[in-house]
Amino acid sequence: MSVGAAMLELNDIQYIVLARAPAVTGRYEFLSFRDAAAGRLWLAGILERVPSVEQVRKSVKEDQSWISVAFTHAGLRTLGLDESSLATFPEEFRQGMASRADILGDEGAHHPEHWVGGLGTGNVHAIAVLFARDSKERERCVGAHRALVERCDGVEVLSHVDLEATPPFEYAHDHFGYRDRLSQPVVEGSGDEPTPGSGAPLKPGEFILGYPDESGPPAGLPEPPELVRNGTYMAYRRLEEHVGKFRDFLREHGKTPEGEELLAAKLMGRWRSGAPLVHRPDKDDPEMGADPQRNNAFNYKSEDPLGYAVPLGSHIRRMNPRDTGANMNRRRMIRRGGTYGPHLPEGAPDDGVERGIAAFVICASLVRQFEFAQNVWVNDRNFHELGNERDPFIGNHDGTLEYKIPKRPVRKKITGLPAFTTCRGGEYFFLPGLKGLRLLAALGG
Amino acid sequence: MSDAKPKEDWSKPAAMAIPKGGYIGEPQRGRYGPVFPKTPACYGFSIMAKIIPGREPVFREYAKKIETAVAKDPHCLAILKLHYLRWVLFDIGGATYFMYQGIFDTDFDKYTEDAVSLFGATGIDTVFENLEGFPKDWKTNAPAFVKFVREHQQSSFLEYGEYPFVSADEIKKALALKASFSAMLDQMQ
Repeated sequence: MSVGAAMLELNDIQYIVLARAPAVTGRYEFLSFRDAAAGRLWLAGILERVPSVEQVRKSVKEDQSWISVAFTHAGLRTLGLDESSLATFPEEFRQGMASRADILGDEGAHHPEHWVGGLGTGNVHAIAVLFARDSKERERCVGAHRALVERCDGVEVLSHVDLEATPPFEYAHDHFGYRDRLSQPVVEGSGDEPTPGSGAPLKPGEFILGYPDESGPPAGLPEPPELVRNGTYMAYRRLEEHVGKFRDFLREHGKTPEGEELLAAKLMGRWRSGAPLVHRPDKDDPEMGADPQRNNAFNYKSEDPLGYAVPLGSHIRRMNPRDTGANMNRRRMIRRGGTYGPHLPEGAPDDGVERGIAAFVICASLVRQFEFAQNVWVNDRNFHELGNERDPFIGNHDGTLEYKIPKRPVRKKITGLPAFTTCRGGEYFFLPGLKGLRLLAALGG
Repeated sequence: MSDAKPKEDWSKPAAMAIPKGGYIGEPQRGRYGPVFPKTPACYGFSIMAKIIPGREPVFREYAKKIETAVAKDPHCLAILKLHYLRWVLFDIGGATYFMYQGIFDTDFDKYTEDAVSLFGATGIDTVFENLEGFPKDWKTNAPAFVKFVREHQQSSFLEYGEYPFVSADEIKKALALKASFSAMLDQMQ
């Protein structure tokens, strides 16, 4: 363990950065403060419920629910953080996600003018993220939070999203049926061991402010240090998944049930079970998909340089190019979140109800990590010289793009790829450490 | 994000006049500022800056350093997706200026970010340190590096491509294909 790693202040970092709660349900509430007093009162009322990494590790078996709290730049201003400190935060965070729509590819149907729940309007000041072991505990927490908000005159809940683990599988997966949580970076000093293929532990400063990062000692941090240390940035994305459209697409182009599964795998780069195409190019292997020692242990340049197993434009090849990407240790992101909306049973027609993923990307630099991924990996039509493609799942699609599946002797090309997801909202948040939360609650006093 | 148009025709030489300011119409926004356009000569820049007086030998020495680094590892600059680099020193009114002209296939911001990381990772310091006004904290402050480069970029007003819009990777693929075909034909003699 390096010196930097030994210094990781696990008793101050909010748990969500480094730990995953064993939750099957949850709720995000988006709040607006009329003034500093209202915001501080709310924060003072909730901050004792926000656990650190260390606390969650000690009591996770007994805990029933877990809360995290973060603020937009407008939220920090409303809480009364002074203008000189506010100005030290990076430009992308100061501007907010909606203002960066063109950089992120949030255009057309994804444009912030279509976003829901007050997201992107400038009115969201804070988010309370709740994960709960079951729906009964969620309801209890929702009631407790409602009571807190009622006690804080001038605090308004603009909107909320309820999370539910979606059927039919016991493991985490999205509405399209893909196994989730397969590839996460590990932070040096966190005590976690990376699974094979997840890369060596990364310097904490890639994800947590105040620590050395992959390029050296911390530099250019916002102020004041006591607010910023152990904090991080969190990009929120609410992505609607068009399940009916996706299944129709698979039926149209897959022809047979086996063909549909293979096409679904080719779009993702993995079988829906999680089994990697690099190692199982022709036939699914659910046992491998469920085995963390094997389901992420692969590379592209050395094992599949031309994309015969994993197409060059597939989702996982874009989101983590592994040995085909440059400067990879500075582009990694921690993902958290869950699914929302009801399950659409197999065979049922699309019911028009919104369902999708409500996810967070945690990183120390939104512009270098999250925005880079969106701008270059997801939405660059010429990624890997593909010419006319974007990420098949989260890229901005208007029906004019294509998807190429390398195959001997001749590749398969699907034209007119539809949009399988629509961004329904998002925000940039700053997630302080526990001391930072207390500092904000005590501002002005 | 690069926005290559699907109908770009490599077989038809093309020229593009670029308006004052360097953008065509409303510029697309990149992560660190407006995205310089892709032209028939691909992406690129022409950075011109005054060198710190007396530092000319450092530039010439640096050229040898790059020559050696590339000879040792021919792919050491691969991540920059370059076609060509041209470095020029010239005088204006007794002062020495440096011109760094590059043609490449990634967008301007990504190129600069990758260059910062490359310099950092290989321990090759950048010769930019010998330019007036270059940020001293460039190793830990990629945005400052990008800002300097943007401020010293002199946009073209005309660019031409004999095989327009074609990336270096596509050219290399075509040459590899030609070599493979030649080998195949040799085998069939």
